[in-house]
Amino acid sequence: MAIRKILGIETEYGIITRGAEESNPIAASSTLVRAYATEVAGQPGRTRGVGWDFEDEMPGNDARGESLVRSYAPEVETHLVNAVLTNGSRFYVDHAHPELSTPECSNALQALLYDRAGEEILLKAMAGARNLLPEGQEILVYKNNSDGKGQSYGTHENYLLARSLPFGRIVTHAITHFVTRQIYTGAGKLGTEVPGHRTDEVPYQLTQRADFFEEEVGLETTLKRPIVNTRDEPHADAKKYRRLHVIVGDANMSEAATFLKLVTTAMWFAAVEDGAVEREWRFARPVQALRQVSRDLELSQPIEMADGTSMTALEIQWELLALCRDWAERFGLDAVGEEAGRQGLALWEETLAGLEDDPANVADIVDWVAKLRVIDGFRRRHDLRWNAAKLRAMDLQYHDLRPEKSLARRVGLRTLLSREAVANAITEPPADTRAWFRGRCLQRFSDQIVAANWDSMVFDVGAASLQRVPMMEPSRGTRDHVGKLVEEATSAADLIARLAT
Amino acid sequence: MPERELKKKAAPQRREEEVDEAPTATAQGDKIKAELDDLLDEIDEVLEANAEDFVKSYIQKGGE
Repeated sequence: MAIRKILGIETEYGIITRGAEESNPIAASSTLVRAYATEVAGQPGRTRGVGWDFEDEMPGNDARGESLVRSYAPEVETHLVNAVLTNGSRFYVDHAHPELSTPECSNALQALLYDRAGEEILLKAMAGARNLLPEGQEILVYKNNSDGKGQSYGTHENYLLARSLPFGRIVTHAITHFVTRQIYTGAGKLGTEVPGHRTDEVPYQLTQRADFFEEEVGLETTLKRPIVNTRDEPHADAKKYRRLHVIVGDANMSEAATFLKLVTTAMWFAAVEDGAVEREWRFARPVQALRQVSRDLELSQPIEMADGTSMTALEIQWELLALCRDWAERFGLDAVGEEAGRQGLALWEETLAGLEDDPANVADIVDWVAKLRVIDGFRRRHDLRWNAAKLRAMDLQYHDLRPEKSLARRVGLRTLLSREAVANAITEPPADTRAWFRGRCLQRFSDQIVAANWDSMVFDVGAASLQRVPMMEPSRGTRDHVGKLVEEATSAADLIARLAT
Repeated sequence: MPERELKKKAAPQRREEEVDEAPTATAQGDKIKAELDDLLDEIDEVLEANAEDFVKSYIQKGGE
């Protein structure tokens, strides 16, 4: 049986400062994180939130098991502001962007919930930052992946896989899904940003990210980006687990698209892990296929396969859906969560059928369709060229988080979550992963927590040395598992004593 | 894949029906167009005042 597909999303937001002579994105990002940790989350008696513990960060490890001279490991930036939140998230400054990593989630519906809660956290941080900024200045963030001028920043997904699954098999099946799922995961973009090409060579394309990928497989995330990233840093027991770090996706404004991106990918890898996928779909040229699909608004261009045949992205997605259905019948939906799996299969079919008939059918699900509908409508009304400033402003403003400015909030996207659930997830951790232990300890004992990271927490309980509590099992440390123990502990020292027995 | 076969067969049938009931299809089309018109009116209002400056000043550093 496939292991539980625990998952999460890391989102780097675009950031600008209005009203300032010069926009310093690193300072602005730090201000946002500080504003949230001190002004909003309001940890009394503390000037800073609980810091991040970098002890186990090894982003240079390569899943292929060999050191490659041409791969450059990213540097871990330990000097920038970091906060660990009571909902189990990490909110920090990465390069020149504010980044929010959701807690570890037990299913795709829950991961969607925490991605949405992340948007609300950013909104609160923007409001809190007004108190820290000079009069007339304002920090604005955008949940997109490109500035339209050749700079890209990522939205990364993470999936827990069994270490026993050979990496070569992961790569083959990952490329198949990542190239073809773009037809519903794309957030839409005006123009192209491939170096050496005029922006308006491509009027509009399905994804923000396809222009920036140059390799099939590799360790990099900032240059020569690969379709399959080999960073091997499981943040868990490395003998049992692998964390597949997916860097190829877009940030979605549509709840349904975020959910679909996560649930199809989780299900696909669960099916692969269970040996339910016997056939392979190998593209003749995967990087070219990624860009071709992104530019095929009619969803009709066949992709050339390695064996000389050809198929469209839509045809391949129908086959992956059929395989996942078969897998669900044989193995059940436990690995992806019953409810998320059931809803996921239904939405997957609805979306493919809608795209096949006429993409306009899924304007309430798929971001690139919703964005194109409104941009093209505006273009026709005002008789504009595709690269007109007003249209490019709309492309950016689609991703504005502010309700009064966001275009995504106006185009009629379907919602899957209640306001109450999102509001609750801003401060409360998921109950059924180790994120519960992290979040609940931060709620109860933040004064005695020196640092935290994904797989451990460090307590200062007044003893001679700091106490590190390892959390190497992502599915343990749940409310069911340690709830009684954490709730009954009268202090952090008592908690440590109880954990030791 | 029985579901998919059904969907594929269903689509052309529906198109034929649409031809028979052209007035309904037009009414539906008008409704969608009216909705889009309303949306575009609203966008005229919420769009950043100086689109040109906004787009120019939106400069990011690479991330990840």
